[in-house]
Amino acid sequence: MVTTESEQMAYIAAQAADARVNVEVETDEGMTLNLGPQHPATHGTLRIIAKLDGEKVIAAEPIMGYMHRGYEKLTEVRTYPQVTTLVNRIDWLGSFANEVPFILAAEQLMDVEAPPRAQWIRTVLFELSRIANISLFLGDMAVQVGATTPVFYAFRDREFVLNQIERVTGGRFHPNFDRIGGLKDDLPKGWIEETGTVIGKMRDFCDEMEELVLGNEIFQARTRGIGVIPPEVALSYGLSGANLRASGVDWDIRRDANVGLVYDEVDWKVWTHPDGDSFSRFWVRLQETREACNIIEQLLGGIPAGPIMAKVPRIIKVPAGEAYVATENPLGEMGFYVVSQGDLTPFRVKIRSASFSNMSITPWLLKGVFVPDIISILASLYFILGDIDR
Amino acid sequence: MTSVLALDPAWWQETFLIKVPIGLLAVLLPAGTIVYLYLFKAISFMQSRLGPMEAGPYGSLQLLAEVGKWLQKEDIFPTKADKFVFAAAPFVVLMSTFLLVVIIPAGPDAMFVNLDAGIYFAMAVSSVSVIGILMAGWASANKYSLLGGIRAAGQLIAYELPLILAVVGVVIQAGTMNMQGIVLAQAEGEILGWGGIGNPFILTQFIGFFIFMVAVQAELTQAPFDMPVAESELVTGYLTEYSGIRFLLFFIGEFASAGVFSAIAAVLFFGGWYIPGIDPANDIFNVIGPLILAGKMMAIAFLIFWFRFTFPRFREDQLQRLAWKFLIPLSLANIALTGVLKVVV
Repeated sequence: MVTTESEQMAYIAAQAADARVNVEVETDEGMTLNLGPQHPATHGTLRIIAKLDGEKVIAAEPIMGYMHRGYEKLTEVRTYPQVTTLVNRIDWLGSFANEVPFILAAEQLMDVEAPPRAQWIRTVLFELSRIANISLFLGDMAVQVGATTPVFYAFRDREFVLNQIERVTGGRFHPNFDRIGGLKDDLPKGWIEETGTVIGKMRDFCDEMEELVLGNEIFQARTRGIGVIPPEVALSYGLSGANLRASGVDWDIRRDANVGLVYDEVDWKVWTHPDGDSFSRFWVRLQETREACNIIEQLLGGIPAGPIMAKVPRIIKVPAGEAYVATENPLGEMGFYVVSQGDLTPFRVKIRSASFSNMSITPWLLKGVFVPDIISILASLYFILGDIDR
Repeated sequence: MTSVLALDPAWWQETFLIKVPIGLLAVLLPAGTIVYLYLFKAISFMQSRLGPMEAGPYGSLQLLAEVGKWLQKEDIFPTKADKFVFAAAPFVVLMSTFLLVVIIPAGPDAMFVNLDAGIYFAMAVSSVSVIGILMAGWASANKYSLLGGIRAAGQLIAYELPLILAVVGVVIQAGTMNMQGIVLAQAEGEILGWGGIGNPFILTQFIGFFIFMVAVQAELTQAPFDMPVAESELVTGYLTEYSGIRFLLFFIGEFASAGVFSAIAAVLFFGGWYIPGIDPANDIFNVIGPLILAGKMMAIAFLIFWFRFTFPRFREDQLQRLAWKFLIPLSLANIALTGVLKVVV
């Protein structure tokens, strides 16, 4: 046993050195290329260790955890209303969508249901954050295969959506707007009409992206038949969201396992693509952005009148019990498993985030591709670092 | 060139007081113009933003600010770098650009040297930059640089061939490899007996022009052929370890050679310094010729940067396939067709 402080330090240093050597070991065949954690393509601190033979990948291993912030542990020392501030920062591009599953789980435990108006507005904001999130993917994917211009259009047009979210919630990125039993505020005056015009702009943006990126021959040459995930492999690795639907699996939590949001009230469609390659993942996300526009437009026409908060106690104590609620977030299935022991704070929260599971397929998927394809496949899987490392 | 100025200087005066400053000007001025007009402004307008606006009117002095910034930065050598090769690489790349400039005619007498095999010389020295890039990639002792350097070497060698073959069509039609002769052949040519606008070779050699521009795009490693520097994959490829003045030299080399290749394209396909309506033997071309050439050059350079900002990047194997299976057969067919038509018509 190590006792003194210097011995402890030496032990830690030796462990760290060991870990580094294990990771950096060079194989006899080929070269080890260390992509990240500081690399322009990983937009965050993801690290991919690729063993190369020329430009061909023999083996690739993602190393996650450089941005681990310990949110699951932090939730145990936050009261329930405070947790939403934390979970906002998981998928930072579609923040409002993170709050919803946690709030729904807490509501389930407390046996509270939000009034219909709150549910409708929640769904509208949920879909708006989906558009804000995926519109950036559409531009970013183009950047990762080498076209610099589309991402600027994505940033420009995403701003319209963020403005609408900001007008309701007061925050562009981290709204912290969802409450147990409803919402913080009602919609501001004139918001519904303005959102209608914004939806029109986002439809134009989707058309623009379809022409500029999807229709481009070089983009198709770079993505068609690259990174193919067969449906059974996708299911066995626990993929979710557009990655799963692009492999031809017709599964959408919004339609098949909906909790607490009003998707049953609107007429919409789940898009799938049979190919399972990078191209189809882009295509499915593009169609989903359009579908989100349709959903929002239908919802805006029929938001019911009424209160936005149910009756909840001023100090929220959640009865003992367990609940798991998952929603179809922009990145895929996001679930919160909340265990309560009747305190002000959760006893344990397990966050099932989509990107973490989506990334787990990379060692299988990157075997045998070329270095440029690492980037395009990673981009098409679409991860947010905050969603990988909670 | 000195005959233009009606002087009779000694050789060292001619070299150091006239040719070197004018040569520097001929390389740096187009490079700066291209960077400001296209890299800063045109790309910004395409991407719905303004670009630099603060330094000087409409940001026109931004380039000076950038140069000042690069000059101040530390010239970092990686620990394991091959110091001499690492230091020399940018100069090799830049040298190739300067060697290209000397054979471009900007007027009947306004050119540095009038080589009989001018275009042959141009094609030869343009390959020198490959060596510089390979040196940079290897000497950096960085895996990204190495991948970038190897990619660049493979790409530049593959696209050297269509570049040369595209030029062969022009050479056949002009009947000379002399750059001045190619300009005059276009100026004095006739289209089916009508000599109103001369005979710019773009009209007959449009396939050659297409191949030439694609190959130039690849030679300059501009998107969609920018795998050697591919920012999203290789950080910046062979440039990864460069900073300060050496990065600046690479940067100047990239944009200066964009200008030089555009000028060569202007000479080969658009009549160089000639515009219709003035007798090509007229001395006024020594004055307005450089301006006319610069105008044509900037128009062609815009094409290069337009494509650069629009297209995604090919993959390395797709790039090689495009060169060997499409461009080279097409250029050979173009040569055969040109030869047959030259004999028949």
